[in-house]
Amino acid sequence: MLSSQIKSNEIVFGSCNKDLLEEIIFYGIGLGADFVEIFIENTDNSSVLAEEDFITSVSPSFGRGAGIRIFKEKKDGFVSTNDLTKHGLMRSVTQAIEMLDIVVNKKREVFDGLNKYRDYSLHKKKWINEVPSIHEISEKLLASTKSLKKNNKIITRKGSYSRNLQEVIIASSDGTYVSDIRLHQTVGLNVIASDAQYRSSGSRRFGSSGMPNEFRLWDHEKAANDVFESSMNMLYADYVDAGQMPVVLANKFGGVIFHEACGHLLETTQIERGTTPFDNKLNEKIAHESVTAIDEGISEGSFGSLSVDDEGMEPEKSVLIKDGILKKFISDRAGELRTGHKRTGSGRRQNYSFAAASRMRNTYIAKGEHSKEDLINSISDGLYCKSMGGGSVGATGQFNFAVEEGYLIKNGKLTNPVKGATLIGEAKEVMPKISMCGNDLELAPGFCGSISGSVNVTVGQPHIKVDSITVGGR
Amino acid sequence: MNSKEITTQISEAADSLNLKKWDYGASFSNDYSVQVDKGEAKQLKASQKQILTIRVWNKSNLVGITTTSDISQSGIKKALNQANIASDFGNKNERTEFSPLAKDPIEVKDSKKRNPVGIKKLLTLLREAEVKLLESHESIKSVPYNGLSESFYERVYANSNGAFRSYSKSQAALYLYARAEEKNKKPRSSGSVKLGYGVDDIDIESCIKDASNKTISHLNYSSIKTDKYLICFSPESFLTIINAFSSMFNARSILDGVSLSNKNSIGEKLSTEALNIYDDGLHEKNISSSPFDGEGTPTKRLCLINKGRLENFIHSESTARIFKTIPTGHAGLGSKVSVSPDWIVVEKSGETSDLKTSLDHSIFEGEFVYIEELNAIHAGVRASQGSFSLPFDGWLYKNGKKISVESATVAGDIKYLLKNIVNIESSQEVTTSGISPHIWVDELSITGDA
Repeated sequence: MLSSQIKSNEIVFGSCNKDLLEEIIFYGIGLGADFVEIFIENTDNSSVLAEEDFITSVSPSFGRGAGIRIFKEKKDGFVSTNDLTKHGLMRSVTQAIEMLDIVVNKKREVFDGLNKYRDYSLHKKKWINEVPSIHEISEKLLASTKSLKKNNKIITRKGSYSRNLQEVIIASSDGTYVSDIRLHQTVGLNVIASDAQYRSSGSRRFGSSGMPNEFRLWDHEKAANDVFESSMNMLYADYVDAGQMPVVLANKFGGVIFHEACGHLLETTQIERGTTPFDNKLNEKIAHESVTAIDEGISEGSFGSLSVDDEGMEPEKSVLIKDGILKKFISDRAGELRTGHKRTGSGRRQNYSFAAASRMRNTYIAKGEHSKEDLINSISDGLYCKSMGGGSVGATGQFNFAVEEGYLIKNGKLTNPVKGATLIGEAKEVMPKISMCGNDLELAPGFCGSISGSVNVTVGQPHIKVDSITVGGR
Repeated sequence: MNSKEITTQISEAADSLNLKKWDYGASFSNDYSVQVDKGEAKQLKASQKQILTIRVWNKSNLVGITTTSDISQSGIKKALNQANIASDFGNKNERTEFSPLAKDPIEVKDSKKRNPVGIKKLLTLLREAEVKLLESHESIKSVPYNGLSESFYERVYANSNGAFRSYSKSQAALYLYARAEEKNKKPRSSGSVKLGYGVDDIDIESCIKDASNKTISHLNYSSIKTDKYLICFSPESFLTIINAFSSMFNARSILDGVSLSNKNSIGEKLSTEALNIYDDGLHEKNISSSPFDGEGTPTKRLCLINKGRLENFIHSESTARIFKTIPTGHAGLGSKVSVSPDWIVVEKSGETSDLKTSLDHSIFEGEFVYIEELNAIHAGVRASQGSFSLPFDGWLYKNGKKISVESATVAGDIKYLLKNIVNIESSQEVTTSGISPHIWVDELSITGDA
């Protein structure tokens, strides 16, 4: 036994839990585990919804739980529980051990105690008192929905705010012992416009991490103008004609194309499954030489940034593609174990009930040398995708994205707005066709759903030109 | 704490805070799942979860809410406190009340609750299924997405007016998603999902067979010319479309201005007279059925479209009050109560004179596109505008041959789609999200090759 004096029989946030955590890890190692990881969280969340000129929902929530992961060779057992007592955590370890059918043998892994404590939460404990109050949030949301009411064609106005405060403790048998507090705030504006048989919608989302004052600084007037103009531009738009054509994708959320089409395929979970076409392509050309792509968790305030990942590793800046050459995969602990790609500080999970997996953080295509006009001027007949909706990638790399706000390009100029466009393709085929990158890189927040739940991410890019892509329409 | 003890705890804590009116919903679950990779266990999971949502009404009868996973005495008290604070911001324009049906009798059926088989049996069964699927065809190289799980859960609703309901169930699920590869061709994937009350109720062999047949059937593929086509929707894909546009039937969506329907839409002709659509959460084939909704209202069968005309909307307590009707058993439990369908049943009415009954996917020899499965619903559906543009898996039937369609989307408008239904086949199929026959629709746009 590493610690003879067990001071607490339950995890207590804000206190030292080292002895209890060591006892639990030692228990797992003693039962024959190769590796034991404990992830414990305490959450304090709040969301507010404004519709038209009223607050229609205020929903606080709080909770706590633990996720315990045991590795034996390359397989792992994961147990989650709301019971943070010593008994509950021990029971979870036992359950994971039993699931893996581990037999105790004489050769045990060595656990030298939690000797690598890092506290990332020190200056963050005041955040809960610095975030805006429900009253403040309500006032600003109502001001924003009021700003959306610019003419009588706007029939629906919504503003939503969400704040997630997550306190985590991560401890594992390699000595990792980490505390952190994460704060994410996001605000979204949505409108629906209608005139006779015509309908359009507009939406924008803004988000930050670790900046309690950010919502107060948010320029809701500018955001409302942007959403309003988008809905008005699209109200009388015709459906786009389907076909193969060159497209220019706008910066910010246009980066969702890289996130979905390529980023997911560079996660080691995809190598494990054998579902990425980029496996065994390291140091080979997989994209046009104009493309350099990065995934990092360190940009201050960005929605996908973290001080430490959910496996206790500080995030690194990973250059995934350099001048079209594949340089790195996004890896977590299981990814390193099963594929050999070194961890990148990308082990992420929605909450304690998910095992961490390799996930993107802030992922973007680096800026190039061209102006937005250069890109558009280079196209005689194509599509400008000013605002992208959601997208997804299939099991064999095929992707699709909805275009929320699009314009035809004719003879190098933007012309009519068009709706109903979907971009369809396969990463392997599209990446070499990104022939021009603009000089106006910007990031945008989003939520990414995958194997370990929904996590906060940033997508981004400058304006980019894709020489040819299938545009779905009518 | 069990559900009776929680009710007592909430009642006592509410009294101490002078909160006279409250209700709560809770769920408790134990889940077990396994994944395998080439015969080896990959990840084995177990989880124990508890979630409690409490609503309170303050002295001004405004509602506040809080959700927590901390169902300790202190957690319950904190939740009530937070809900009380939140009630200061309660919606004055749309006040929520208890469902008037929260104490009505509920239809009690045999829950068919099964006992756990345990993680080792789950693992053994999934390993065997993976091996059989890999052996079913030489082109199937892996089963990258697979899982076998069993869940045991209890749900509770209670309020300060004496309503108390609970039920407990079990459910198991198997999914197998195979990947096939042939030389000089793109990899192709497809799969199958089966549900049961317990693992022993799942037809594993049929899941293997479906996954194998579907995957192999996509090996010979070709691009499709962009054009308008006669479409046959599989039961699963038609239910996907109906669920994606269920805001048409949803009173909450109508009040929020995000539905294609309005308060006066009841009676509107949406489709051929041959079409009936019901929501039937208690259907015997619905393994996830719940006898009551988030507000304690009993679940029931409700006709949504009758002979092509909009017949009913689905309601919560508050939307029903606004529409001057009764709740239909489709509510969630929230500060703003959500409304959603349970289990859609599509069937052919007796009025079939305008159908082209020669259109039967098993014998029709003309050209048509069969849509097996629609993908990326979250990205390609604009429910408030009625439009969709969705990638799909399917086949082009032409000249008596069937070839898998490579990377294409189907686009259209839900009202156009419903109005252009040209046949509803007789035989219904049970899927994981409802029941439907094959549905034929004329002239929908498909984008493939330029």
